[in-house]
Amino acid sequence: MFQNIGEMLVLLWRTVRALPKVMRQRQKIYDQLFEIGNASLLMTCILALFIGGVIALQTGPVLAERGLQSAIGGLVGISICKELAPVMMSVLIAGRIGSAMAAEIGSMRVYQEIDALRTMNINPIHYLVLPRLVAITIALPILVLFAVLVGWMGGGLVAVFHEKIGISFTSFITNLRLVVELGDVLNGLTKSAVFAVVIGVVCCHQGLITIGGPRGIGRSVTKAVVNSIVLVLILDYFLTRFLLYFEK
Amino acid sequence: MSDPVPTQAAVPRPGVGVQIRGMRKSYDGTPVLKGINLEVQPGEIFVIMGPSGSGKSVLLRQIIGLEEADEGDILIEGESIHAEGVMDKYRLALVFQSGALLSSLTVLENVGLYLSEHRLKPPAEIARIAVEKLEFLGLKNVAHRFPSELSGGMRKRVAIARALVIEPQLILYDEPTSELDPLSAVVIGEEILSLNRRIRVTSIVVTHDRDLAFGIANRIAVMYEGEIIAVGTVDEIKSSTHPIIHRFLHVEFNPNHHTTS
Repeated sequence: MFQNIGEMLVLLWRTVRALPKVMRQRQKIYDQLFEIGNASLLMTCILALFIGGVIALQTGPVLAERGLQSAIGGLVGISICKELAPVMMSVLIAGRIGSAMAAEIGSMRVYQEIDALRTMNINPIHYLVLPRLVAITIALPILVLFAVLVGWMGGGLVAVFHEKIGISFTSFITNLRLVVELGDVLNGLTKSAVFAVVIGVVCCHQGLITIGGPRGIGRSVTKAVVNSIVLVLILDYFLTRFLLYFEK
Repeated sequence: MSDPVPTQAAVPRPGVGVQIRGMRKSYDGTPVLKGINLEVQPGEIFVIMGPSGSGKSVLLRQIIGLEEADEGDILIEGESIHAEGVMDKYRLALVFQSGALLSSLTVLENVGLYLSEHRLKPPAEIARIAVEKLEFLGLKNVAHRFPSELSGGMRKRVAIARALVIEPQLILYDEPTSELDPLSAVVIGEEILSLNRRIRVTSIVVTHDRDLAFGIANRIAVMYEGEIIAVGTVDEIKSSTHPIIHRFLHVEFNPNHHTTS
């Protein structure tokens, strides 16, 4: 994976340099946004609902034993918006959208469609990478925002209906509002935007270097998903440290 | 190839002459092109014939600029393709062996892709030109289909239509009749001939199809293991006594020949 990081940075740089031409690709960006939203919104909501629920389920009874059940709103709220929603949604998007990106671009490479673009003097980075990267960078933070809201709801439902926790929904929300600030949500959204760029670049790059027919496409897809998840998780630690510095 | 530079609106121009000088190319130390020298005259149909794996398609990829040769040069109208602006000055198109149509676009969108991506015409005009090119190749009724819904022959004709939109001065065909039934192969051959007569485009056709080569070529080069072993007219090649050419041209299927021991 690490041998390709230099190439990925070059790809990112070339894509950033192509940004002034982004309006030319707006139709493709809309198409990609629709594709990402359509493929992932329902899954995002289901995943977030259960993540919120399981956090409440794991922590609620422990807090309740110590008479701290009222603090569950803040705990669920902060853990979802700052950590779980950005990371889990990035993993979901890497699997669902990143794999599709790598497969589509990889198959275009294997079946010479990218060569055909080049013979028509159409830059594959402008035509293929730019719209995908812009779309995923817009879409992932929006999905994370949905995930945060639905995750809170999932946590709240468990906090209300679990026999060992049993607090009111108002109490859950009151504590959540007390603990979670707008900056915390923005923190999560910033992370998700960075993760989106990582997923987009890794998956597009893997597609562009695909060789070897259908088997090669399969290999590229696997590598794209695994590498982007690994990079997201590693980057998460450093990004968290970086963003914590600003919180102080 | 460099970043795309939007070219001017398409204006028909005559075919160009191509010279290939001392071209060498290796992959992982294995030489694939071993010093190719060729000269293609403007407006001619030049066929490069040879068995599979002889380096024909690799040569085409060098000419169109998809790959860089290790040594040697390609001149178009006497100008090196590596010189600044030469690849933008002349219009070159490659018809890929598979057609290489973009599977996510309809036939009409594929044919108009060059014009739409470079914004050379308004959308309505692009659609009109694309339909015109499809009509030219007898494909108007498939304009709104996707490549996956077409037969192999149709896909190749759509690829030719896409190449024509560029108003090319040089068209390169990579195995245009491979994977086609004999009837479709004849149709493709006739299209290549017809285009050459109507718009005087220079055509370089890479093939191992003897019937196609003899049917359309003004001149033929025979390639074997990365080298040009003969260049001549159809009659000259047919009457060649070179053992490899003789074997390539006269080999027949023998049902009684067994290779198993």
